[in-house]
Amino acid sequence: MIKNELLIELTEYIELVINDYTLRTITLGTAILGAVTGMLGSFAVLRKQSLLGDAISHAALPGIAIAFLITGAKDSNTLLLGALVSGLLGTFWIRGIITKTHLKSDTALGLILSLFFGFGMLLLTFIQKQPNANQAGLDKYLFGQAATLVESDVWMMAIVTGVCLFVLLLFWKEFKILLFDKDYAKTLGFNTKTIDILITSFIVLAIVLGLQTVGVVLMSAMLLAPAAAARQWTNSLSKMVLLAAVFGAFSGVFGTAISASQNNLSTGPVIVIVAAVFVFVSFVFSPSRGLLFKQIRFIKNRRDLQLHKTLAFMYHIAETHDNISHPHEIKILNNFQGYTKSTLKNLVEKNYVTIEGTTWSLTQKGFNSAANLYNQLSKKDE
Amino acid sequence: MKQKTAVQVDDLTVAYNYKPVLWDIDLEIPEGVLMAIVGPNGAGKSTLIKAILGILKPIAGSVSIYGKPYEVQRKQVAYVPQKGSVDWDFPTTALDVVMMGTYGSLGWIKRPRQKEKKAALEALEKVGMLPFKNRQISQLSGGQQQRIFLARALVQDASIYFMDEPFQGVDATTEIAIINILKELRKAGKTVVVVHHDLQTVPEYFDWVTFLNVKKIATGPVKDIFNDDNLTKTYGINYKVSIQE
Repeated sequence: MIKNELLIELTEYIELVINDYTLRTITLGTAILGAVTGMLGSFAVLRKQSLLGDAISHAALPGIAIAFLITGAKDSNTLLLGALVSGLLGTFWIRGIITKTHLKSDTALGLILSLFFGFGMLLLTFIQKQPNANQAGLDKYLFGQAATLVESDVWMMAIVTGVCLFVLLLFWKEFKILLFDKDYAKTLGFNTKTIDILITSFIVLAIVLGLQTVGVVLMSAMLLAPAAAARQWTNSLSKMVLLAAVFGAFSGVFGTAISASQNNLSTGPVIVIVAAVFVFVSFVFSPSRGLLFKQIRFIKNRRDLQLHKTLAFMYHIAETHDNISHPHEIKILNNFQGYTKSTLKNLVEKNYVTIEGTTWSLTQKGFNSAANLYNQLSKKDE
Repeated sequence: MKQKTAVQVDDLTVAYNYKPVLWDIDLEIPEGVLMAIVGPNGAGKSTLIKAILGILKPIAGSVSIYGKPYEVQRKQVAYVPQKGSVDWDFPTTALDVVMMGTYGSLGWIKRPRQKEKKAALEALEKVGMLPFKNRQISQLSGGQQQRIFLARALVQDASIYFMDEPFQGVDATTEIAIINILKELRKAGKTVVVVHHDLQTVPEYFDWVTFLNVKKIATGPVKDIFNDDNLTKTYGINYKVSIQE
């Protein structure tokens, strides 16, 4: 049985996750990372700052290179501190450009992104040319390498996520009003700049934490994909944030599982692709906003309307006769647009109409229903 | 009997770039009036409200509310922004938006409780939106969204209301509902300032009017100053409004 084999493989994998240090570390790390980026990503998406994550992660690259040049060390905490500083610097430059000049935000984001990334790449090639045996491996921050995660990295992620969650719960009301209506929040006496900086700083922090695992280039997907998927399922901000965290965490766990079982696949990209699958499924299958159900509702509405229109047309003809079930030629329906063969068939099935040869006649039931339809419509207009 | 001054604006000048949007505005709004701010597009009507409310930083000038700076009088003032200024696809409900009106009196960190919820429900009732309280805001019509914004300001229980084009894109039913609420506010002694576009309805809706076109052209009772002369000065064309009929 294929199903049983799968089950056995799954239990084996779960045992492996529990017992194997490396796999456990990576699974936990990517799950926590997915949760925190999903959570914060909801805010970025709702503020229409989807590109911000991309700009921040690219802006972090020169910081990594400079941190290495200064300290000569390669431990992840030092390098990520450098990334944090240059990420923050890039972010506040973006804010500065938007408020001080008349450039649009996408221009500012694009400008800072490419400028910082270019500078970072320049420094990386400079470092590689240096006669220093220690230099190899910095480029792993470009695409991430989850295998390099150690327990202390995971602790770091857990602590940041905890703090982030605490701040989020504490200032929930303030975050919400800033996201929805910043000017109004200002008139209520909230220092919107402070709230804004708080949110943005946490987004920068989460991105920097993910650089080691997912890398500069793909990091923004971690921020956006879970949030975009979550938005499809709910109309409540709290549920959206929660759901995005869950989607993010599962992307991490599944992504790690797939990459671990397929030996050579790099973890970061697999996680991003899993997150993209969440997005795809959400866009198609969400009951209220999904494309599939929207299309089904659309077709059903059209059919109903066609049916109603045909019935109303028949009603007007039948009205002019003493006997409402007086037969009429089907042909006369042809000059009328709402009519199709299937509508007529539907009407017969509902017992609204009977057909004999090439003539149709309205039944009493059909007549009543059409009369009601008419009354309902005119009532709605009032 | 001299009326108290609700809002006093002195020498207010605002510029976005080099060109001033508002130039040296002196304005006194007496307590208890229902005032329209009229003027052509780009006259700085919204900017005036935003500068008074501290959303925009003026280059020069000062604003006082009942004789004190705006910062200490915040709770006396409520704001209804333009409907188009927010994303209505935001994941939240009508009741939730109205609850935001209580955030100011709550201050930082404190969460709204039963008392705040009750106030929000009452405001929804006042604007006739109670049946829609749990509706996702994107599923409301333009007029209903405007009512929600009005309810949010009503919850603030302020003395002065600033509204930015509350009649834009709403149907006749909503327009009448809103103006009735505004008239009730005036009856209760509140001051209401409205950025308004439809000149025809000014004499019917308002008792006070300010003509604005970068500079202040005129301000005063509608019956005294709402005339062709001021309209022509404000709009730059020979304006004839048939209000005397």
